[in-house]
Amino acid sequence: MEELLRVNNLKTHFFTKKGVVPAVDGVSISVPKSSIVGLVGESGCGKSMTAMSIMQLIQKPGKIINGSIELEEDNLLTYSKDEMRNIRGNKISMIFQEPMTALNPVYTVGRQVREAITIHHSNIGKEEAKQKVLDIFKAVGIPEPERRYNSYPHQLSGGLRQRVMIGMAMVCNPKLMIADEPTTALDVTIEAQILSLMKNLQKERDTSILMITHNLGVVAEVCDYIYVMYAGKVMEQANTFELFKNTCHPYTEGLMKSIPKITSEKQRLYNIKGVVPNLMKLPKGCRFCPRCDNAKPRCFEEEPPLYKIKSVVEGSEDHYVRCFMHEDSGVKYDE
Amino acid sequence: MMSNQNNTLIKTVNLVKEFEIPGGNFFGKNKPRVHATSNVNISVMDGETFALVGESGCGKSTLGRLMLRLIEPTSGHVEFEGVNINELKDEEMREIRKKMQIIFQDPYASINPRMDVYNIIAEPLVTHKIYESKEQTKEKVKELMAKVGIRPEFINRYPHQFSGGQRQRIGIARALALQPKLIICDEPVSALDVSIQSQILNLLHDLQDEFKLTYLFISHDLSVVRYISNRVCVMFLGKVCEIGDTEELFGNPLHPYTKFLIDAVPKPDPFLRKENKQLLQGEIPSPVNPPKGCRFHTRCPYAESICKELEPELKNLKNRQVACHLVKNV
Repeated sequence: MEELLRVNNLKTHFFTKKGVVPAVDGVSISVPKSSIVGLVGESGCGKSMTAMSIMQLIQKPGKIINGSIELEEDNLLTYSKDEMRNIRGNKISMIFQEPMTALNPVYTVGRQVREAITIHHSNIGKEEAKQKVLDIFKAVGIPEPERRYNSYPHQLSGGLRQRVMIGMAMVCNPKLMIADEPTTALDVTIEAQILSLMKNLQKERDTSILMITHNLGVVAEVCDYIYVMYAGKVMEQANTFELFKNTCHPYTEGLMKSIPKITSEKQRLYNIKGVVPNLMKLPKGCRFCPRCDNAKPRCFEEEPPLYKIKSVVEGSEDHYVRCFMHEDSGVKYDE
Repeated sequence: MMSNQNNTLIKTVNLVKEFEIPGGNFFGKNKPRVHATSNVNISVMDGETFALVGESGCGKSTLGRLMLRLIEPTSGHVEFEGVNINELKDEEMREIRKKMQIIFQDPYASINPRMDVYNIIAEPLVTHKIYESKEQTKEKVKELMAKVGIRPEFINRYPHQFSGGQRQRIGIARALALQPKLIICDEPVSALDVSIQSQILNLLHDLQDEFKLTYLFISHDLSVVRYISNRVCVMFLGKVCEIGDTEELFGNPLHPYTKFLIDAVPKPDPFLRKENKQLLQGEIPSPVNPPKGCRFHTRCPYAESICKELEPELKNLKNRQVACHLVKNV
């Protein structure tokens, strides 16, 4: 599949007074054209920081210290501030968890979405831009777009606000939309609406989506390919069906066993022992080994590389896992 | 089945709560009212986990607070062990309060950052003058800490030195301190990461076995509810839609809203993906002006003319209660 975005060995560290926090510590991901890729993990695993790094929205004391971010073979890290401004909202757009804090409360939503157009296309007049906004409002399923155009964010429900955000993100027909926990703040029935909207838009408009979430249900429903992150690194990556059918990393397995499932019988939930490590005091060796049931002495000494392993689901070759358990059956993958 | 009346620990009788909100005319008359709970009748049996589930604004948290008498109802009352607690005087209420406790959603907001663990957990013991000496209290606090999985030597630490999951454990220890019969768990795992969530759910389960607790478990997460509860009550806009045994209700939901709610949950299994999943359209109506007739009819694809006119009663079926005109008596 043709590649749209390629992130190579990205390192984003935060240089705080107390020490260096390696929030993103050598992450490589790839988003193919017209696909939905999931980035999943618990709080502090670096999934949001990876997204912010792609947008180059990292603030001090954070800094991207290594790696490359290639959008169709142009390395965004070599772009100037002005060039980057032309990328954001135009070629790569982003939506956030809490649409109320992402929207400006003192302007109408119509004006805010119109701004996204006029800022990138100075040749488009006000009336034409308004028409484009109304069109996108219709496309994202906002009822009575004319009336909603003049509404303020507080006059809309959470679901409608998120639709406005998606409209704003889609209005310039970006190549990639990054969605950071887009449905976490929404009710279940509204969440289902928004997920189905995003899936449809992705198909109709040929945009790729990078979906960042902690919810394994969400990735299972919408994503084509999934990266599982833990403490700043990718632990396992595979096609969605492959990942759920042939879960290989003990962390991924632990996550899957520890969520209650609406579809299955009651049985005691599995516990991943301990807590997420402090990034400033990462354990030596594998980051997950203090919490791992299968840890061997070697895991406490050496950091495992990614191994490419054989997949069981047909047509899903790219299964990689960062664990010594797969050293014999897998091929070491040079990052 | 727990069928006989003696087993009821707490029940609500025609419970109504309306909140006045700003608005109305110049003289402060005709203020608009939020209909938080309308005529709710539920009973929670001794020793069971009874879940209240629904989307935001359905009145599940208000109902929890009414049952603890943290707020007074507009009409109706709550009976705890057969006693109408809304008629009790303050001192009498204080005795009852020992038997009912609550755990909140956000472990960052529900414990005082300026108190150490000892003072947090000991507060109910001190308020109710359970022990004579400080040593006894301290022993009890240490015992409680061990029970919820926090090392007793951390007794003088402050909340900021703990993670979210550990703080929730502290909240649970505080709720256990007075050996209550009923614990109201208001979204206790919603703010936690998945790996921590399973630890807390297992802990709640173990504590229930050990102390014969009754839980009223309030949650919007249907997967968690299915895991932890024996019976479920689904609410929509202040009204009870359906009550039933957990396995039966999830296996065969009767109310259309319950059906859609269960269907809408993203399932962590890509092999169960449905391409054209039927989704509930529209938004949740405002609780200030709830729709006439069945409150769900504006979103219900099966709604008939009667649904727009007449509010459905909660019908008793076999092991199930449903408020829907379209569900026929069997």
